[in-house]
Amino acid sequence: MRMTGSRMRRMRVRLELIRRPAPSTLMTVASPLVAVALTVATGFVIFAAFGVDPLEALYFFFIEPLTAAWSLEELVVKATPIVLIAIGLSVCFLSNTWNIGAEGQLIAGAIFGSIPPIFFPEWQGPLILPVMIAMGILGGMLYGAIPAVLKVRFGANEILTSLMLVYVAQLMVDYLARGPWRNPEGLNFPDSRPFEGWQLLPKLFGTEIHLSIAFVILAVVVVAFVMRSTITGFQVRVIGEAPRAGAFAGFSRNRMILLVFLISGGFAGLAGVSEVAGPIGQLRISVSPGYGFTAIIVAFLGRLNPIGILIAGFVLALTFLGGEGAQIMLGLPEQMTRVFQGMLLFYVLACDTFIHYRVRVRTKHAAAAEA
Amino acid sequence: MGMIEGIMLTIITAATPLLIAALGELVAERSGVLNLGVEGMMAVGAVCGFAVAFETGEPVLGFLAAIAGGIIMAALFGVVTLIFVANQVASGLALTLFGLGLSGMLGSAYVGRPGVGMGNLDIPVLSDLPLVGALVFGLDPITYVAAALAVAVWWFLFRSRGGLVLRAVGDSHASAHALGYNVIGVRFMAVLFGGACAGLAGGYLSLVYTPQWAQDMTNGRGWIALALVVFATWLPGRVVLGALIFGAVSILQLHAQARDVAVASQFLSMLPYLTTIVVLVIISRNRLLLRVNTPACLGQPFVPDR
Amino acid sequence: MKRAITACGAVLALALAAGTATAEDKLKVCFVYVGPHNDGGWSEGHEHGREMLQEALNDKVESSYVENVAEGPDAERAIERLARSGCGLIFTTSFGFMDPTIAAAEKFPDVKFEHATGYKTADNVTSYNARFYQGRYIIGQIAAKISEAGVAGYIASFPIPEVVMGINAFMLGAQSVNPDFQVKIVWINTWFDPAKEADAAKALFDQGADIITQHTDSPAPLQIAEERGLHAFGQAFDQIEFAPNAQLTAIIDNWGPYYIERAQAVLNGTWETQSTWYGLKEGLVVMAPYTNMPDDVKAEAQATEAAITNGELHPFKGPIFNQAGEQVIGEGENLDDGTLLGMNWYVQGIDDQLPQ
Repeated sequence: MRMTGSRMRRMRVRLELIRRPAPSTLMTVASPLVAVALTVATGFVIFAAFGVDPLEALYFFFIEPLTAAWSLEELVVKATPIVLIAIGLSVCFLSNTWNIGAEGQLIAGAIFGSIPPIFFPEWQGPLILPVMIAMGILGGMLYGAIPAVLKVRFGANEILTSLMLVYVAQLMVDYLARGPWRNPEGLNFPDSRPFEGWQLLPKLFGTEIHLSIAFVILAVVVVAFVMRSTITGFQVRVIGEAPRAGAFAGFSRNRMILLVFLISGGFAGLAGVSEVAGPIGQLRISVSPGYGFTAIIVAFLGRLNPIGILIAGFVLALTFLGGEGAQIMLGLPEQMTRVFQGMLLFYVLACDTFIHYRVRVRTKHAAAAEA
Repeated sequence: MGMIEGIMLTIITAATPLLIAALGELVAERSGVLNLGVEGMMAVGAVCGFAVAFETGEPVLGFLAAIAGGIIMAALFGVVTLIFVANQVASGLALTLFGLGLSGMLGSAYVGRPGVGMGNLDIPVLSDLPLVGALVFGLDPITYVAAALAVAVWWFLFRSRGGLVLRAVGDSHASAHALGYNVIGVRFMAVLFGGACAGLAGGYLSLVYTPQWAQDMTNGRGWIALALVVFATWLPGRVVLGALIFGAVSILQLHAQARDVAVASQFLSMLPYLTTIVVLVIISRNRLLLRVNTPACLGQPFVPDR
Repeated sequence: MKRAITACGAVLALALAAGTATAEDKLKVCFVYVGPHNDGGWSEGHEHGREMLQEALNDKVESSYVENVAEGPDAERAIERLARSGCGLIFTTSFGFMDPTIAAAEKFPDVKFEHATGYKTADNVTSYNARFYQGRYIIGQIAAKISEAGVAGYIASFPIPEVVMGINAFMLGAQSVNPDFQVKIVWINTWFDPAKEADAAKALFDQGADIITQHTDSPAPLQIAEERGLHAFGQAFDQIEFAPNAQLTAIIDNWGPYYIERAQAVLNGTWETQSTWYGLKEGLVVMAPYTNMPDDVKAEAQATEAAITNGELHPFKGPIFNQAGEQVIGEGENLDDGTLLGMNWYVQGIDDQLPQ
């Protein structure tokens, strides 16, 4: 259409992000709540579109798993490996190093941790479990050291090498469980012999919760302390936020990369051995339904803070359990869980922006000449 | 068709989706944005492409829908990381999770339905030439699109003004901003281009490679595409080479098995990934080359201060 | 303590179930799938069985499922959850669910469990499987008749007894027609990856096979056979739509009759623990129509199918020799089910090597 020679004034609205001088305390608290509220609101629409009563669906996703003792136990079981790995990864990510291969390090931990019971099935006694756990941590650390060394020595991108090593580890455990390590009494089916007695993590107080929850609590406390109150923690954060400042201060970036990979690999390895010596009870062709990847999400949901990660791990475990309930009771597809988790993470990430930035709405009166 | 010719054809087909997705990611990364959501965008592209082609019977419309699906997913990523300056690594992973779930939900009605395929090119005389006939003139149309795309991306990045701006934005967003370029705008466009390519690559899987839709049918190819970008030190020509090497390793291990090579198949299946790591290491040792080509601002958020 | 917690949980779960369930006196039959319910392969086969069950006993049974359940701790939780939600009969449909099923069954002695393709049973756990090898013997025969090169390609997933048994049955069927028949095997280490299955099919054709079969779930190999104008067999479903000119027949998973039988047994109060291995005779294994082949081949295939169905022919009848040339079983005898279920050796004539 032709505006006959007249000038018209248009209002243009611009949104600008302005960095706050200090992180907003209000938004730090409010942001996750807003994010959850937005997720629930979007979920409401999706469920309605699926022809399911949204309130009922939300109830199954977020409330129902909290209403019974058994599902609270399961919540702990599910959250344990995720939180363990995420705690280790948070140190890594804080130093601006990107370990995406925790899943592989978890598998390495499971493989190494399974060596004692598989090669010495008769070995029973209080010593075997600590040996298994130490082996598991060692396995995770060694496997985590590979991308770190490749990065430090050759400059190879750690995101990709650590990720490629996940596939290698998956095929390796597949080979072992189907081939040389399979249970001689298992009719050639692809599982190792079941671990027994002292080879298993004890369950606590007659519940389904294994001793590994203690590792989680220990990890939260230790990492929180180290990051807050020690020189090493300080170095990690400095190198992460301002690598050049770190270099001037004489911190070695290479040593830091190696250190954080060893830490995150070790935690993932601990999670791996805790799974095979805990809920699984043997080495299998697959020892994790992607905990190493879920943990990355949890690390960010928890804002790379140990307490935050603990909470985030339980929230995510809740959606897993809730998703199962929604399937059984309402016939919602399993993919809904993934969509939900992705959405939650998007909202949290977006809302967290407002902790460090405020939004300024600027209106500009732009003169536009159109002929 | 001879064996060598057949093998080469298979390798080209295996390389094509990787190439397309990697070229898109390369452009996004050159602008300074690391989008780890390629896998999710591919999955959505695959389901959109399949659904539209199935409903309309037109593979071309299917491909357009695949591209559109990829673009919509990329826009989501762009909003979260560029406007809300969220962490790119986490957002990319979220995009993958979201995309795989969403594609499964969208596609549940199309599982187990034979798709609308796209035949190979068949030019009289030329396609029947010995040896080169099938390899040069007898491929499926999208393979030619992929090859053209590689040339176009190279030309755009290194021979056009727009490419110069895009690389400037990726190398130093502060300077580019000071010079008056719209950093966020350029990056958004680059991200959308990456999404379009990932969508097209996904469509290739569900319309050409195996005309069918299934949950998780991308099976990690988005991640391989990401690896190829670094492997190629952000140079389009090397992406082509990398995609062909990767395709060759994954195809040749199957041939080795058919010829009774006595190595556990798990180890043969590891080869593509191990090759990627080894090549990555070899390439990364040449630090000068890396320094010249790595976008210096890769993965760093940008907020214009004013 | 534990008992109290469990009881408490059970009461709560029951209260919830009562709130949502529409008819409480129906038998609740529940299924656990390892993949999506519509994966076009293994899990979908069970889903079809569930639908058949629902249709047949609609006024007495209510069914539901959990899909994409990872093997391991997730499986145990999902199975227990089903038991808590009031399921009276639970089918766990993947080998990796075996130990979780046994563990869950210990905690819920009143619930009946049925685990597919495993070997462990308990007072309230039955194991069941289908004799798919019967179908593979038939397609082996057809392959040997149709193939001009005398070479078939076999796309295999993982070296477990079920798959090895299938390869051997295929080879024995082929050798019954052509003693010099060759089979080239490619292991792709996945049950489902259409593109990789397609790559494997292409590789096998390029290596000289002119007919292929697969023990993976997608119809991709058939699509490649169609493209090349060669032949292949469907797996788990009649996949003729994907390859109208290439599919010769398909081995169809048909779990419905078994599910109906077992649910009926629970309703009648006659359910007992057992190990069942049904096949062509009971209708758990069904051959798709024989297509795209000359009439004499078709007639012979039908004759073989009939002979296996009425028990005249056992695919693993002696004499059978292993790769080393040692006789495993003599003339006039058949391999027993135990040997079949744990099979980790190839019959003579196969050039591949199994990981030991």
